Amino acid sequence: MEPLTTLEILGRIFTQFLPVWITMALTFGLSITFKRNLGLYGRIFDSTVGMIGFALVTFWVFTALYAGVFDLIATHDPLVQVSGMKNKVPGTALRAPEEGQYAYYLLGGDTLARDVFSQAVYGSAVVLAIAPLATLFGYVVGITLGLPAGYFGGRLDTILSFLANLILAFPVILLFYLLVTPEIVATGIPAYMAAVFFIFPLVFLTVLLNSRYHVLPHIRTPLIVGVLGVGGLLYFSLISEQGRGTFVDFWPASLDLFNIPGGVLVVFVSVVFVNSPTIFRIMRGLTMDVKSRDYVSAAQTRGESAWYIMLWEILPNVRGPLIVDFCLRIGYATILLGTLGFFGLGLPPESPDWGTTINTGRKLLSVYLHPALTPAFSLLSLVLGLNLLADGLREESLKD
Amino acid sequence: MGLFLLRRLGVMLLTALCLTFVVFFLTNLYPNLEKLAKTQGNFRMSDRDVSSWLTSRGYTRPMLVKYGEWLGVVPGYVIDGADGTTRARCATGGTPVADAPKFCGVLQGKWGFSTRAKEDAGVIMWRGLTLTGFLMMWALILTIPTALLIGVLAGMREGSKTDRTLSTFSIVTSATPEYVSGVVLIAIFASSAVNLKWLKGSATSAMNDASLENFLLPVLTIALFSIGYIARMTRASMTEVMTAQYIRTARLKGVSFKNIVMKHALRNALIAPFTVIILQIPYLLTGVVITETLFNYKGFGWLLVQSASNNDIDVLLGVSVISVVIVLLTQLISDIGYVYLNPRIRIS
Repeated sequence: MEPLTTLEILGRIFTQFLPVWITMALTFGLSITFKRNLGLYGRIFDSTVGMIGFALVTFWVFTALYAGVFDLIATHDPLVQVSGMKNKVPGTALRAPEEGQYAYYLLGGDTLARDVFSQAVYGSAVVLAIAPLATLFGYVVGITLGLPAGYFGGRLDTILSFLANLILAFPVILLFYLLVTPEIVATGIPAYMAAVFFIFPLVFLTVLLNSRYHVLPHIRTPLIVGVLGVGGLLYFSLISEQGRGTFVDFWPASLDLFNIPGGVLVVFVSVVFVNSPTIFRIMRGLTMDVKSRDYVSAAQTRGESAWYIMLWEILPNVRGPLIVDFCLRIGYATILLGTLGFFGLGLPPESPDWGTTINTGRKLLSVYLHPALTPAFSLLSLVLGLNLLADGLREESLKD
Repeated sequence: MGLFLLRRLGVMLLTALCLTFVVFFLTNLYPNLEKLAKTQGNFRMSDRDVSSWLTSRGYTRPMLVKYGEWLGVVPGYVIDGADGTTRARCATGGTPVADAPKFCGVLQGKWGFSTRAKEDAGVIMWRGLTLTGFLMMWALILTIPTALLIGVLAGMREGSKTDRTLSTFSIVTSATPEYVSGVVLIAIFASSAVNLKWLKGSATSAMNDASLENFLLPVLTIALFSIGYIARMTRASMTEVMTAQYIRTARLKGVSFKNIVMKHALRNALIAPFTVIILQIPYLLTGVVITETLFNYKGFGWLLVQSASNNDIDVLLGVSVISVVIVLLTQLISDIGYVYLNPRIRIS
């Protein structure tokens, strides 16, 4: 068969993404229609920058969703090697396509004869499964520690700030190399760290609910038992590693709901570890800024507990800057994830995530461009989208 | 001020101690040592061989003692190995064991020995640092004027066409990590697929003889990200100053726009970017590691990657000491500089 022309390639890529376009059109249509009732989210659609950013982000989110959950969009399995397709240029036809196999490599083949287009699509699923979640965990850790540090100050603040600065003084890459190598993983240190980090959401939720409902025991008790039950089950399923000989090996297999592959867990933990000190500092600064406001004094006079004031008075009032920073930080986590992939750390070498594929592609960059450029531009567009979205949000939230 | 400096120095020292101990602890964990023994000896060593190799080189003693030796506060070991040779920590480079000095640690200026390059760690690091310093210098020479110019031009008239173009440029570059911009730059300027081939995709030859052809791409790769970031900060600070009361007063008095920008706005607008630029230097370190790996330039960042992937303990420790000192020093300089530049803080 003839190779495709550029126009045909673009047309076919467009059709592959059809489900994404439809969902995006629906999202935009509905959001713009009801934007006056949607609060800060609705106001994204008042700024052009915010809309462009939101479009880029939703494009990748829906791509990841359709590819990761429904196996749509991608044309091939990202791991399957097709003979004769090594380093082929975009639009090359398969030599002998089997029944039901897509007949072209839309964006060419990489050095192992895998489809570059499908890799980039599945890569988005890997990246978007890890980056936002790791950022969220980083936030929970940063908020849980930053609030009391800013609110109480004193020795607690000194110690926590010192620890945060300690982590921040570490060059990120050195930290990754020290934490993510197989030898360190064998010692179980990342598993310990995971056990520590993942307990923060549980503590956070318990304190959050208890501080609010402790005067209403008939609501509080079932609520907390429920949260601790579900959360605990998830927590132990997450950290338990059957048969690896680390300390978390005690959880019964029948209650182990899911298993995170070791490499992913380590990557996840190190991204949380690198992000949380910065969030801690932001949260601490915001708390110190806000704690002398009148509504805080009012709550103190009413005799509210310290944790109620922190979690139900201060936290909701500083959400603006936190939401903006959250968008930026997902972008930063994406970059970190790419850095890990670029150095071949953590994720398995055949993983389709963008950092790893850039690393594989760059070795032949002087001859074949498509294997490295495709993931490079994917990563760039996602991070750019998140930055633009953050800019739009900041602009809109400043208009109050 | 003196007390402030003294306290900061104390905190710096404590931070450096904690961090090097963490690095020391992680690199001296048994699986890492085992890997070291196998790469240094041979890969088919039995477990007993590994432990005797490690014991005769002093690796199996308590962590704190080893750390003290490295620091230079505990006398270096002298061990009669199982294979009959006597080894001393301080007897390197052909010095007989009997003549070796008692202490040899960082405090004595001895950075140890690189197990990978078979050379003195201090020498290797110095070589890497000079190469990286050269790269950083050119990156900063390119970054600072460009970024400030873009930021000032964009922030001068908020919302104008120039502002929008330059802001788009800076937001795109600040969203591009080095491994993306480097790959794109190599693809455009150095690959045979695009066939411009104006520049080289490898900077190995720039280590001896840097020229525009082999050095521009790595410098550009490092600079691009910082240009975007610093330009955005400068723009934000410039727009804030341009809406200040005193600028409006100057305008109403009839001062020309050029004079307002040059004489009134610029000085105040550049305080915030100063801090950002100084604090950007440690961040450049990460960029340097990626760029040097991408362009195969054997500087400090390349050394970090090499020593970390080979568990070259002494070099790795040295590298972390230096990077921690760089981070903390830049923080100190930015604090002091901020105080001196900002009259409101300086006078009170």
